[in-house]
Amino acid sequence: MKMINHILGVPLAMVAALLLLTAGPARAVVEIDINRANVEPLPIAITDFISNDELGAQIAAVVSADLKRSGLFAPIDKAAFIEKISNPDAAPRFQDWRVINAQALVTGRLAREADGRLRAEFRLWDTFANQQLSGEQFFTRPENWRRVAHIIADSIYERLTGEKGYFDSRVVFVSESGPKTARQKQLAIMDQDGANLRMLTNANDIVLTPRFSPSRQEITYMSFEGGQPRVYLLQLETGQRELVGNFPGMTFSPRFSPDGQKVIMSLQQDGNANIYTMDLRSRQTTRLTNTAAIDTSPSYSPDGNQIVFESDRGGRQQLYIMGADGSNQRRVSFGDGSYSTPVWSPRGDLIAFTKQSGGKFSIGVMKTDGSGERILTTGFHNEGPTWSPNGRVLMFFRQPAGAGGPQIYSIDLTGYNEQLVSTPSYASDPAWSPLLE
Amino acid sequence: MRRMQELARNPAMIALFAALMLTGCASKKNNLPNNAADLGLAGNAAPGTQQDFTVNVGDRIFFDTDSSVIRADAAATLDRQAQWLNQYPNYQITVEGHADERGTREYNLALGARRAAATRQYLSTRGVAANRINTISFGKERPVAVCDDISCWSQNRRAVTVLGGAGS
Repeated sequence: MKMINHILGVPLAMVAALLLLTAGPARAVVEIDINRANVEPLPIAITDFISNDELGAQIAAVVSADLKRSGLFAPIDKAAFIEKISNPDAAPRFQDWRVINAQALVTGRLAREADGRLRAEFRLWDTFANQQLSGEQFFTRPENWRRVAHIIADSIYERLTGEKGYFDSRVVFVSESGPKTARQKQLAIMDQDGANLRMLTNANDIVLTPRFSPSRQEITYMSFEGGQPRVYLLQLETGQRELVGNFPGMTFSPRFSPDGQKVIMSLQQDGNANIYTMDLRSRQTTRLTNTAAIDTSPSYSPDGNQIVFESDRGGRQQLYIMGADGSNQRRVSFGDGSYSTPVWSPRGDLIAFTKQSGGKFSIGVMKTDGSGERILTTGFHNEGPTWSPNGRVLMFFRQPAGAGGPQIYSIDLTGYNEQLVSTPSYASDPAWSPLLE
Repeated sequence: MRRMQELARNPAMIALFAALMLTGCASKKNNLPNNAADLGLAGNAAPGTQQDFTVNVGDRIFFDTDSSVIRADAAATLDRQAQWLNQYPNYQITVEGHADERGTREYNLALGARRAAATRQYLSTRGVAANRINTISFGKERPVAVCDDISCWSQNRRAVTVLGGAGS
């Protein structure tokens, strides 16, 4: 999708400092406080975009829902609004918004261009500093209105927190149906807020562990197609599927390299699983581990120089790090219990994992040297974290005991703000996309 | 209340396990037999048939948590399987390895493969030609027992010998 951005005119001076005065320490709102992260969300008023149809209210609702779900913003009930915005080009009556404690205000307008495209404009105002913080306009096909709303929410998020947003992104996952003993699984994709869900495969074969390409509209996943469990590629736009490599056994647990040029995965041979890469251009395969153990769940560091993986070479599953060429393999997890499904943060500083201890399954994070472990959520069964594009939020799936099925949840890096990601059927193995282009 | 499903591949077993489900519901706890032969069902199946193998020999073995070691009770079952397979050499087999749900997905795929490989290795030492034996792992994707207690999970840590090729 082509998106044209125009800055409407942004007075930059003093903005951050003024927010500091009005919102409390603005940096503390968004800074990751590992000890106490239960921040007071920022009250924000998001007005319906001026529009000839219902789309103006719908876009405002999506922006509002995104910001609210982040846990960092508290959108104010529209019923409390005093001023009715009629001209989004003019400054609002800031006093009217201060009275209802709106520390930031969003106004906007939609229009149709002669060629049928939708023009969406928004402005973000600091109601206590009486000034505009940002303003942008976008042109797109009307059916892309939800993406425009997510892009606006990302812009607001970034302007007010200083961090990149993550709302204009998607999640690929496994949609599950049927009884547990004969569970049907389909690859599915949805926007990060659960909208626009569609199935990518039929229910004929078990499919597992889809992962996004960092650079293309493509995923890699594992399928039992033809009774041969193997790693595949799937082009999202064409639906074209392709087997990855010609390995003499089960391949599983695939993931792309950060440049999108390789798939790293496990190859099972007899009782052992070792980690291989395949270069998608040259088709060359490289073996990275060589142990009589289960080495799996490889995940690259964002610079591509290192790989974290799990191995039971020491008895139980633990996390190990090696160079991208397989060199210098060393254990990094030393806590009680076992550790698996490591995923390197897109920021590079943390590794998320599943931990099994005392009969419970937890989602946690640790620094890349294994120190600073923090458990974010724990219970009967939590598994398989995936990072938001900005490295601030994790999704994972939670499986109840007994006959029910899994559902996807999101949780802040801080361990607060856990939320169900609502899906029409059971859902597992979420993988977050990069920010969309 | 526990639910038992898909334990059997033939009508006799289905009837049997329907009965087990009822007693299981009533008593909450039950210990499933390791194979149909233990149930006293022997004798109805024609020799050399799928039913004969499942009922009279026993098509599955069970494992300890995180283990692919062939237990003594499993070895007894595999000895019978090998004897039967050596008597009926036209059958190809697929050994399906499975894990219980108390592990992560990728590890369980490998663990199921490890169990299938250990089973194949054992059968081959008892004279079943390795080229007759395919293996596949289903990880934790195909439990037979659905419940939330240990006795149930133990039924899912299994290797199932399927006559005639791949498929669940």
